[in-house]
Order: sequence, then structure tokens, then C-alpha cells
Amino acid sequence: MDQKTRHVVIPSECLGDTGNSRAGRGTFIDHGKIYSEHLGILTQEGNILQVVPLKGRYNPIPGDFVIAIVLEAMQSSWLVDINAPYPAVLHVNEAPWEVEFGDTAKYLNTGDSLLARVLSVDESKKLQITLNDRNLYKIKGGNIIEVDPSIVPRIIGKKGSMIANIKKYSRCRIFVGQNGRIWIDGPVDGIELVLLAINKIESEAISYGLTDRVEGLLREHAKDVR
Amino acid sequence: MKPEKLIVDGRRLDGRGPSDLRKIKIEAGVLHRADGSCYLEWGGNKVFAAVYGPREAVPRHIQNPLRAIVNARYNMAAFSVEDRKRPGPDRRSVEISKVISEALQRCILTEQFPRASVDVCIEVLDAEAGTRCAGLTAAAVALVDAGIPMRDIPVACAAGKIDGQVVVDLGKEEDNFGQADLPIAIAPRTGEVLLLQMDGHLTVEEFNRAFDMAVEGCCKVSEIQKKAIMQRYHTVDEVIE
Repeated sequence: MDQKTRHVVIPSECLGDTGNSRAGRGTFIDHGKIYSEHLGILTQEGNILQVVPLKGRYNPIPGDFVIAIVLEAMQSSWLVDINAPYPAVLHVNEAPWEVEFGDTAKYLNTGDSLLARVLSVDESKKLQITLNDRNLYKIKGGNIIEVDPSIVPRIIGKKGSMIANIKKYSRCRIFVGQNGRIWIDGPVDGIELVLLAINKIESEAISYGLTDRVEGLLREHAKDVR
Repeated sequence: MKPEKLIVDGRRLDGRGPSDLRKIKIEAGVLHRADGSCYLEWGGNKVFAAVYGPREAVPRHIQNPLRAIVNARYNMAAFSVEDRKRPGPDRRSVEISKVISEALQRCILTEQFPRASVDVCIEVLDAEAGTRCAGLTAAAVALVDAGIPMRDIPVACAAGKIDGQVVVDLGKEEDNFGQADLPIAIAPRTGEVLLLQMDGHLTVEEFNRAFDMAVEGCCKVSEIQKKAIMQRYHTVDEVIE
């Protein structure tokens, strides 16, 4: 594998044999051969071949931390958008308040944003989210931006190194949802710095050594560092 | 105006040999509002394709609880042909939309997205014979660009018969005044046929030869498609080096 860039594969590209490798996420098997299923980056862990998508919709997995936007308040639940192909349901039992039947709009209404967790995904992809956990609540203030869900792991970095750097230099409060939505709150020049860093990550997502380059960029533009 | 002969000294009107394709240019990711997009020039054809989704299919009754549905919409611009084309869907474009949808559906892993729909818009800006092949080829690149899981990248090419000779990729005069036109689409990895239509008359031998030539043409176009997809990510490497 090239040291500078990751190996980009396209759908139907042959990755290996089922004899010596195993098919992981983003791959399928046909006649004993493993093929890539979408445009992505090939990674190998042991003998498991995986393809991490470069583009595409957010695929919800139970336990994911997401930023949701309320679409509609219904009698005993809310319909929310979590950037997945399907809208998700937030039932009143999964909210931290005692809500009377039909009183849902008092607590959350169309356009409100939430920090939430994906509770369940069933076989027909019906989604449920929850607010019943630590650090899950309705968002007040700040800004939300959207990026491609596939670059979220790059924004967070190894053990959160990238996001820790961004927070350190920009003095902003940041939450990164697995669904590609990012909530930022802080001084205006700090937010500008965050956007600058995220743009750089977006355009160079497939390269190695990105954390160091982004730190260089942040240090160059930062006013004062805590 | 019908030309007297379509083949002169073994060369076609535009100077091509019987198995030469027209010039093809493909660019992926050209539209910002769509999830995936492609611009394709194939001879005188100019085609845009945009992909949206997968997203929840509406109205609800068209949803399939087991898989996603694929909605392709082929549309020709009013200015794409010599006489102004009356805008809106007509018998021909409804048919082409249907056959393209079915060809694409075979390649997309639709079972991963129950109840959803994948919408493909194909806009023909300039037409010069073979727009359904150009449209399907562009739609395939746009689907890959949108990150939609696929088992293969479909590709289309036509063959036909002009002046009694079987040739590949008919041009405008050849299509209008030739004896037969055979557009096909294949899945290049498996060789599966996704679309096969025929207009005109061919003997069994001619059909077999035309089919083989069209498959060969598809393979050439497929290489261009793959290059166009990879091109988007090469620019990133250059920036870093």
C-alpha cells in the first residue's frame, strides 16, 4: 500500500479470494471472490478486508451519537431527521420529561435540534432514538454544520486527537455526531478556525498524516492558545 | 438529407472504422446539490446525470418493504434536437426511463435500503444518436459518485447495420438511414445483459456479430468510466505531494 495515500477502490473491484481473506463491511462475495461494494478506501485488519465508504448516506447503527432535527411533533412521539435515508422516531418514553398525551409540542417542536443516541434499527430500517442518557439534551444556541458522514472518523481522529486539537486552538465547544452533523459554539473567530480546519480535513480525507498538517494550520491561524 | 453512401472505402462518414467508438469524455461529481452526478460527452451527445438518495420513497404505497426502488427519469431538453422537442415526458422517454431504471436496479444492492428510493435524473442537453446508451453510462457513474452500494458498474453501447455492414456505435446519419440499431447494456464484471433493444432487421449471424461488437464497445467505455471515477480522487494526491 502506498504510504502517502490510501488505496481507493471502486464498486465491483476484486479485492481478494475467500480462501485467504475474509469479507468485511462494504464488500460482497461472488463465486469465491471478494468484491468492493462501493467507492471507498480499502483497509485490512488481520485477514479481514473492509471498504470504508468515501461518500454516501449515513447508515445508522444502534448506540451512535447523532445530532437530530425535529421534523414534526406527533401525539405521543416526535419525528426527527438524523440524516439517514429514513426519518427516526423519538417516543415520549425516551424523553427525559413527563409529557402528557398530545402535549409533545410544548417540549420539542419543528426545527429544534437534539443531541441524541440511536436506540434501535429494525430489519425494515425503522429507526428509534433516545434522549435518556448522560449528555443527551435539546441544543440551545450555537451553529450546526453538515459534512459527509464518511469523514466523521477523520474529524475525530485517532482516540479523539484531531478534535482535541481543534478544540484547543479554537476555544469552541464542539460535538461531532456520527451522522455528519457538527455542533459548534464559541467566539466568531474560533468558529471560523473550526470551519477552516474541517474544510481541510474534507478535502484531504484520504491522505496520511492529516492530524499534523491540520495542527500546523491551526497553530498558524490561532490567536491565543490555552 | 440522406447521404448516398454511409461507408466509403471502408471508412464511415466521420472517418471511423467499423469497430471505432466516437470520442467519449466523462467527468464525475459536477453538480453540488445532488448526492452524486456526472457529465458525459459521447460524440455529439451531451448528457448530465444526477442521483438523489437513497431516501424514503414517497408516496408510501410505492415503497417496497424488502428493497429500494430505482426511479430513473430520462428527459431530453427542448433544444437537444434540430426541430424543437416539445418538453415533457412522451412515449419514447417514458420507455427509456423504464428500461434504464430496470438496468440500474439490477446492479444496485437495493436490499440494503428497504422502503427507500434512489432517484436518477438524466438530462440530455444535446442529442446525436445513442442517447439511451449515453444516459445509462452517465447514470452509472453518478451512482458510484453518490456512494451507493453496487455489485457492478453498468455500461451501455450500441451496434447496428449500415450499408449492409455491421458497425459499432452509430452516429446520427447512420442511425437515421441505417438498416438496424442494437443498443445493449451489460454488467462488465459478470457479462450479464441488462438492456437489449433492437430496431430494424438483422439476420441471426448479423445479430450475433453486432452483439459481440457492442459488448466489446461496452468494455472500452467501462474503462473510461472507471478512470473518470478515480480521477476525482487523484487530484487530492497531487495536492499533498
